[in-house]
Amino acid sequence: MRVTIITAIATGLFGSAVFAAEVVPTEVAFTDGAVEQSLTGVAGDPANGRSIVGDKGQGNCVACHQVSDLADVPFQGEIGPMLDGAGYRWNESELRGIVVNAKMLFEGSMMPAFYKTEGFTRPGNAYTGNAADDTFGPLLTAQEVEDVVAYLSTLTE
Amino acid sequence: MMRLTGALLAVLLTAPMASADPVDDTLILNGETEMVTRTAAPDHVSDAMDEVLSGWHFRGTETRAMQEDDFDNPGMIFVEKAEDTWNAVEGSEDKSCASCHGASDQMAGVRPTYPKWNEEAGEVRTLEMQVNDCRKNRMGAEEWKYTGADMVNMTALLASVSRGLPMDVAIDGPAQSTWEQGKELYYTRFGQLELSCANCHEDNYGNMIRADHLSQGQINGFPVYRLKNTKLNAAHDRFKGCIRDTRAETFKPGSEEFIALELYVASRGNGLSVEGPAVRN
Ligand code: HEC
Ligand code: HEC
Repeated sequence: MRVTIITAIATGLFGSAVFAAEVVPTEVAFTDGAVEQSLTGVAGDPANGRSIVGDKGQGNCVACHQVSDLADVPFQGEIGPMLDGAGYRWNESELRGIVVNAKMLFEGSMMPAFYKTEGFTRPGNAYTGNAADDTFGPLLTAQEVEDVVAYLSTLTE
Repeated sequence: MMRLTGALLAVLLTAPMASADPVDDTLILNGETEMVTRTAAPDHVSDAMDEVLSGWHFRGTETRAMQEDDFDNPGMIFVEKAEDTWNAVEGSEDKSCASCHGASDQMAGVRPTYPKWNEEAGEVRTLEMQVNDCRKNRMGAEEWKYTGADMVNMTALLASVSRGLPMDVAIDGPAQSTWEQGKELYYTRFGQLELSCANCHEDNYGNMIRADHLSQGQINGFPVYRLKNTKLNAAHDRFKGCIRDTRAETFKPGSEEFIALELYVASRGNGLSVEGPAVRN
């Protein structure tokens, strides 16, 4: 797998069609709360990850976490630990595990699972208050998770 | 990498800073009635917290001040409207609320005990249910919509005449199973975000969640006048909003689930003064 990706990058064959086999939410493999395998095989984009973390309509991670690097985003919450240094404390697999489903590493955590589609009580259709319908999907797409993980990895201090 | 411009920095520095703790202040209503806004937790929640606090402690200086004086409290306009309704004859029996109950302040002491078990009906009743029972069976009038303006105004009037009295709902005897059901709901992690009432209001009160300063989610101040929508808001509407915010399918105001949840949440505030209509952002 890794070899093919490197070859693909090297030969400029970088396109989603090549890596159609995304890991679906129900098939993510955890080892001690960490997820080793990339969900897409495509390297995450830290710049996009940065905007997902700060955007109310996307990850909205700042609802609960403060991030010094995102000082331009107002009203950062204080429910979870500061994310400064997260990329120093945790390796990539651990960060992926935390974003996919933090409860696998932190038992009973308040942090929502961002790449999970089953096992909810009364899941709704986004913030409408109505029941979920067939459009129900994970909070972030596989590539968005990779982007967020790539961004978190840059927060080394 | 840092995209902070000077102008932006200035804005950030002057923006109100998140304060983690509830404000240390005393609520004295109209310069005379001292309200109990923080007190020892009732026995049935003492395993979870030592002290119970009114949502008033978690609001800003101006919002707190508005609640201190009836002339500044916009919720009192709706109380006045309800006072007219209280005295208005309606329905096939040619009666008003006043025909049976006298002046509205005769109802002091009622709000703090609701929701409560009604022996004849064999059910736990909220104040709204009791109001509609009177309208239907004693006045021969139309029932009001559960969280409609008429109803929420009337519950504000009934709360206002009990201000300063301690919340005191009974949780034992025939109400106990409903209370247990409410407790179960309080700790259920609903929706795609898998959050329970306790996650926000028991484990994190005092903390900021995005721009909101989390309170204990007490209902001793309901119905509350919200600056955000400039009207009175019923407790069940607040429950609905909070559950919706977990990306869940909510329950309906007046549903069995919300009646049970109301009894449970009210019991967590036993000992706090009735404050309705409180003022919130
Ligand atoms: C509703 C609250 C909430 C939201 C939203 C949230 N988190 Fe968390 N997060 C927490 C809490 C609480 C913890 C602490 C773990 C625990 O439960 O003990 C945590 C822990 C973490 C950690 C480990 C922190 C460390 O340095 O040790 C990382 C990394 C993290 N979160 C990233 C994110 C990202 C990225 C997002 C958005 C995509 C996010 N969180 C959204 C509440 C939240
Ligand atoms: C995701 C976080 C979250 C969850 C989960 C949540 N709430 Fe809230 N709730 C809030 C916020 C934010 C406010 C507004 C600030 C405040 O008063 O805490 C609020 C306000 C309230 C208030 C108004 C308090 C006042 O004094 O005005 C009540 C009552 C309340 N919540 C009850 C509940 C109940 C009951 C549940 C569970 C069914 C619940 N909440 C779940 C975030 C939450």
